[in-house]
Amino acid sequence: MLAIDVKDLTKTFNGFKAVDHISFSVNEGELFGLLGPNGAGKTTTINMLATLLKPTSGTGFVSGNRIDLRRDKVRRSIGVVFQEPALDNKLTGKENLDFHAMMYGLDKEMRKARIKEVLELVELTDKSGTLVEKYSGGMKRRLEIARGLIHFPRVLFLDEPTLGLDAQTRRHIWDYIKSLNRKQKVTIILTTHYMEEADYLCDRIAIMDHGGFVALDTPENLKDILGGDVVSLEIEGHEDEVERRLGSLRGIKYAVRHGSVLSLTMEKGERRIPELIAVAQESGSEVTCVNLHKPSLEDVFLHFTGRGIRDQEAGRNERKREMIHRRSRRRG
Amino acid sequence: MINPTAVYVLWLREMKRFMRAKSRIIGALAMPLFFLAFLGLGFNRMMVPGMKGGVEYIQFLVPGIIGMSMLFSSTFAGLSVLWDREFGFLKEIMVAPVDRISIVIGRIAGGMTTALIQGMLLLGISVFLGFKVHSATAFLLAVVFMLFIAVTFIGLGLIFASKMKDMQGFGIIMNFVIFPLFFLSGALYPLENFPVWLRVLSYIDPLSYGVDGLRGALIGVSSFSLLFNLAVLLGFTFVMIFLGAYFFEKSESV
Repeated sequence: MLAIDVKDLTKTFNGFKAVDHISFSVNEGELFGLLGPNGAGKTTTINMLATLLKPTSGTGFVSGNRIDLRRDKVRRSIGVVFQEPALDNKLTGKENLDFHAMMYGLDKEMRKARIKEVLELVELTDKSGTLVEKYSGGMKRRLEIARGLIHFPRVLFLDEPTLGLDAQTRRHIWDYIKSLNRKQKVTIILTTHYMEEADYLCDRIAIMDHGGFVALDTPENLKDILGGDVVSLEIEGHEDEVERRLGSLRGIKYAVRHGSVLSLTMEKGERRIPELIAVAQESGSEVTCVNLHKPSLEDVFLHFTGRGIRDQEAGRNERKREMIHRRSRRRG
Repeated sequence: MINPTAVYVLWLREMKRFMRAKSRIIGALAMPLFFLAFLGLGFNRMMVPGMKGGVEYIQFLVPGIIGMSMLFSSTFAGLSVLWDREFGFLKEIMVAPVDRISIVIGRIAGGMTTALIQGMLLLGISVFLGFKVHSATAFLLAVVFMLFIAVTFIGLGLIFASKMKDMQGFGIIMNFVIFPLFFLSGALYPLENFPVWLRVLSYIDPLSYGVDGLRGALIGVSSFSLLFNLAVLLGFTFVMIFLGAYFFEKSESV
């Protein structure tokens, strides 16, 4: 059965098309990502699926219930973690969870058991009696994820789950999300503008820009669109012959040599390395170094949206900052 | 339809927040107390023209100030939807599988209780300052009026909160809605002193009937009969609660 099924979903705000005729479906148990810059329409899409906004046209089904007709049924089957915190700061963590569980009609015994379970899951048991206003950003996020899970939702929406969190906390939350999806079998729809997050977590990704989808596939396939991985071999002896023989192998798209370094473009590079080395050795050459570069979703995103075309300064700066951030981390 | 658990949860939330915000309670009581103390003392020996039957000014003033306190705390309770929107909690409420009408009722129940507690505290302090409550019946009648005032103005607050996107308009509402309602209600002086055109405005202010009713109940002096005040106030209550629920239902939470 499909967890989500969306047909021509559209939302217009005063003539501005925030979401423009998108259609997609998500299987049960899938971890599905909406990737795009700020303002691409991800949150609006989530808000419509979570029944907080009425679609201008088109519709969607969540767990088989139409989002504009059977709102209460939809609400009952979903958990939502919003982009901005949606906790009551003047209540304790436990009270936030308890009130949520009561709103969803769980009885007292069940509430007690579930709150204990989800608190353990997000490792907040010892902080459950503290007022939420004293929580750090990461703790609030974890509490919200815990809250979203209490009532056994079949579909969990996570809107930018790691926005504004430090690298360590982000990694932590990624692990929760992954294990939730694998162990508890919850279907998860997440939005993000972090490429690495989508790449690391999602089974499939829809790339959004200007309210529409520009691509939808698995992270691997999306990256393969760019022509595949680049394997660089450093070789000693018989360079010309090695270049000729490797370049004519099946599936090798480009072969470029700079001195003793031969760069080959192909799909699924990691699986071809043994073969490449074997052929090089057959030609009487020695391979002294191998390097595999996989294209990132960042490259894919730029390929599809064409960075610089947009006037979305904020989104672009954020991407730029993120790239610089990543580069410096890679060096370090 | 109406989900009693949801109503209870929202009421309980309001109670917990109220009990934890000691400074909020003190702040909410301070202004009416200042009015009571300074106006009461300052005008105590004055004869206010138009006032019936030799009532001391402080006796006349106390019901008005209680009405004022109810007006402010109830309207703020309705407007607190704006705070929830600002801090994101409204989304959590709106995405729950609960009828919108239960959410409205929960909010009214919570706001009504907190407003009533403040009204009672004020009445208690007034008694301490020399105000006389003549009988248990008078007291109970006053509570009934206080309840209806509360629900009416929570409804009004809900209407504004549903129409506003953020807190920007708060000052405008304070200055152009709440204070005029207060001054038009006759909380500080008898409406008989107003020119006729102004009195017409007073008569469409629900608080006028609330204050007059409180005065009738507590000190036995009023312009209209108790029953008339009660009936008109009840009418306002239903209209406001209906409009508040209607606009809240229509508003987008994101």
